[in-house]
Amino acid sequence: MKLTVWTYEGPPHVGAMRVATGMKGLHYVLHAPQGDTYADLLFTMIERRNHRPPVTFTTFQARDLGSDTADLFKQAAQDAYDRFKPEAIIVGASCTAELIQDDPGGLAETMGLPVPTIALELPSYQRKENFGADETFFQIVRHLAKPVEKTAQVSANLIGPTALGFRHRDDIDEVTALLSDMGISVNVVAPMTSSPSDIARLGAAHLNVLMYPETAETAARWMERELGIPFTKVVPIGVGATRDFVAEVAALANVEPYLDDSRLRLPWYSRSVDSTYLTGKRVFVFGDGTHVKAAARIARDEMGFEVVGLGCYNREQAREIRAVAKEFGVEPLITDDYLEVERTIEALAPEMILGTQMERHIGKRLGIPCAVISAPVHVQDFPARYSPQMGIEGANVIFDTWVHPLVMGLEEHLLTMFREDFEFHDDAGASHHGGKALLRAEEEGSSAPDASEPVATMAPVPGGEVIWLADAERELKKIPFFVRGKARRNTETYAASRGVMQISVDTLYEAKAHYAR
Amino acid sequence: MTDQTPVRASTGCRDTPVLKQRGQREVFCGLTGIIWLHRKMQDAFFLVVGSRTCAHLLQSAAGVMIFAEPRFGTAILEETDLAGLADAQTELDRVVGELLSRRPDIRQLFLVGSCPSEVIKLDLQLAAERLTEQHAPHVRVLNFSGSGIETTFTQGEDACLASMVPVLPKTDARQLLLVGALPDVVEEQAVSLLEQMGVGPIRVLPAPRADSDLGLGENTVFALTQPFLGDTHAALERRGARHIAAPFPFGEEGTTAWLRAVADEFGVDDATFDRVTEAPRARARKAVAQAAQTLSGKSVFFFPDSQLEIPLARFLTRECGMTAIEVGAPFIHKALVGPDLDLLEQGPVISEGQDVDLQLDRCRAARPDLTVCGLGLANPLEAEGMATKWAIELVFTPVHFYEQAGDLAGLFSRPLRRAGLLKVEAAE
Ligand code: SF4
Repeated sequence: MKLTVWTYEGPPHVGAMRVATGMKGLHYVLHAPQGDTYADLLFTMIERRNHRPPVTFTTFQARDLGSDTADLFKQAAQDAYDRFKPEAIIVGASCTAELIQDDPGGLAETMGLPVPTIALELPSYQRKENFGADETFFQIVRHLAKPVEKTAQVSANLIGPTALGFRHRDDIDEVTALLSDMGISVNVVAPMTSSPSDIARLGAAHLNVLMYPETAETAARWMERELGIPFTKVVPIGVGATRDFVAEVAALANVEPYLDDSRLRLPWYSRSVDSTYLTGKRVFVFGDGTHVKAAARIARDEMGFEVVGLGCYNREQAREIRAVAKEFGVEPLITDDYLEVERTIEALAPEMILGTQMERHIGKRLGIPCAVISAPVHVQDFPARYSPQMGIEGANVIFDTWVHPLVMGLEEHLLTMFREDFEFHDDAGASHHGGKALLRAEEEGSSAPDASEPVATMAPVPGGEVIWLADAERELKKIPFFVRGKARRNTETYAASRGVMQISVDTLYEAKAHYAR
Repeated sequence: MTDQTPVRASTGCRDTPVLKQRGQREVFCGLTGIIWLHRKMQDAFFLVVGSRTCAHLLQSAAGVMIFAEPRFGTAILEETDLAGLADAQTELDRVVGELLSRRPDIRQLFLVGSCPSEVIKLDLQLAAERLTEQHAPHVRVLNFSGSGIETTFTQGEDACLASMVPVLPKTDARQLLLVGALPDVVEEQAVSLLEQMGVGPIRVLPAPRADSDLGLGENTVFALTQPFLGDTHAALERRGARHIAAPFPFGEEGTTAWLRAVADEFGVDDATFDRVTEAPRARARKAVAQAAQTLSGKSVFFFPDSQLEIPLARFLTRECGMTAIEVGAPFIHKALVGPDLDLLEQGPVISEGQDVDLQLDRCRAARPDLTVCGLGLANPLEAEGMATKWAIELVFTPVHFYEQAGDLAGLFSRPLRRAGLLKVEAAE
């Protein structure tokens, strides 16, 4: 039993719903109680889909238990077939149905429906949403994809995009353009946009572009083995990764590498002088493995940030992320415990978070700006405008998105210069963000605590508790907020390393000199 | 101006045959009630004993991560818990122990049953009794079911309130108990109106804190502010309290009828009643009239959601000039909504339970001007050109009593006004 407040991933059947909802001509009969229908609103509200997910929930109730839940399942499956006439049906159980062991797969088989019926085994008490999507797509591919003649022109499948995916809609267009520039056409995009009959002709492609390992790696491996289709390992998020991707695709497809970078702006924007202030910004990166791996590389190599910590919530990518962390010389954080992520961020005190909507909330609470790089998604992650993460435009979008939460370069200097000004002070926040600026409260003069009195105990630092003296604490407040976390942390580390238990103004400036770069 | 409690109209829907269908439902389970209950009871924690699905539902229904550390959480059952039940009880003790030591502010802990905990027959009542002993006197542990195999959406609040009734101390004091978790501002309005009439003492269930000295007994009369409190109603009657039946306090008419029923119980004379209600009634009428301009003559179709459907249909048809085509409710408790059914003019289909596909067929055929439905159906219906009102907002927004009557009407008129405002086609 594990106490959970917020979760990064839903249960595995929600992953299966993401596959089914992305597809056309497929129907999912899910053995589940009525309340599980809440999952429909993820698609209709968060993603603003204009149709109901193609999912029938059998809606068994307490009084059905032990009597006719199996009949109920068969009735629901028959009704769903009659009403929706899908090309194929997937059947499975939610967490509750798993416990009553009706075996939806076996039941569906006895019904002899005239379309392929694919049984899903998704262990709800062990696995989560991404596994559910990956396994569902794999089962669909395994049942429906057959060896077929290759297309005459070199072609690729784009695999991995699902409903409710982080920018999947726009990434498809971007990758399609990258391939088309090299003379490679797209055979099938799946699961999103495809129908069961499209799945049957996956084998006609010359290569698979594995866009999201989270949702399609098992299928990619199976197709490599059974249909002889190689797949790409590089995910083209960021400038460097996009160039590597182009080279990889060219090698797999045996064509000339070509990248039209005439619209690529990230490298120049990053070099232009206003970006100087980005140098060495300490960032913490967290999300799904694929996006974290890409974001860490962009952060260091393309933005000039310092990555002070990284991790992912999906254990399936743990090995990959450990390797990335090793390369970056930081501790990997592999956890789906929101509170643990919060504690880590608090301890690292980064100047910026590249995370999910969950970290955006952590950032809000801790006063740390955050840019969202990965699922779990929120209605804001489905902008009306074209907003991919992959390819050339993806790199441009990432530059803008990451810079937006930060205080602009020139503004940063002005804040420093006028930090004692009553309305132009650090609590006022960045000028380009909404929200009412707060006037700074007048410093209470006479009531200031005695300079030698300890004011607060800080988070435990290895080697015992370090105490800030009141005058040092006041001095720290004069440092602009966007570097204050760093100054606080550096000073505490410095003090701890020297066995200093009380931080005075002198300690603060000694630490500053020590860390000067 | 002396409106009497409306008498049962011969044209009402109380005896209209109810259409009952069995198929897929498109509703939340009772766990959802935790989202508003935990805001209302400030020293309570709601611990769902369930699966990842339950945790995901709470998160999705809460509009994703609003609060730093909300006073609810899910003890997610894992494979090892399913293997042996004795272990699950020990595990629960451990999780609760950790939770309470981290949250010393918690005085009431609700163990909330889910589908998985019920299917494996994890006895949460036993656990609650044991844990109450362990953590007495600081924390009281109760249990109720919010599972989707037992409860629909607002029935979770009903189960929660009902679980509190048996442990309330006995009192012989004559008192009025208002039952239902309302936003504070609305609750204060109701209490103030009744106090001005000299009704009292007035107590509220749920009380904001566990240590309030709320008691119950044969001299307690109670009025429900929500139509979905059937089990709570039964539990209160078992304790000897008496129910004041009335239409629910939605709109000017409903609020007046509800107040009148309570006032009659306490012997308030007409002059006093009119003096207290006259000004807010006039305000409510005026505010409703504004929205009614948009709503009048339009048709409405209710999908089942919160059990508020029948009182709201009564409000929309009688005060806003709408016609009801179908009024679907997840569950119809005639002892509670009978007075509203009496006032609802015959004509609409009254349906209980759901086969969502068949109901969608009826809805599409009828093409109502406004469809009241859950979040899973709203955008798909809008995409088919039908104006919708998402029902969950009716539970999350202050809509009861006079001062909110206009807001309530506004919730229904806004989608129609919006549909009229948007012009995204070429001018031609
Ligand atoms: S319907 Fe049951 S399993 Fe689903 S969220 Fe509600 S209590 Fe949990």
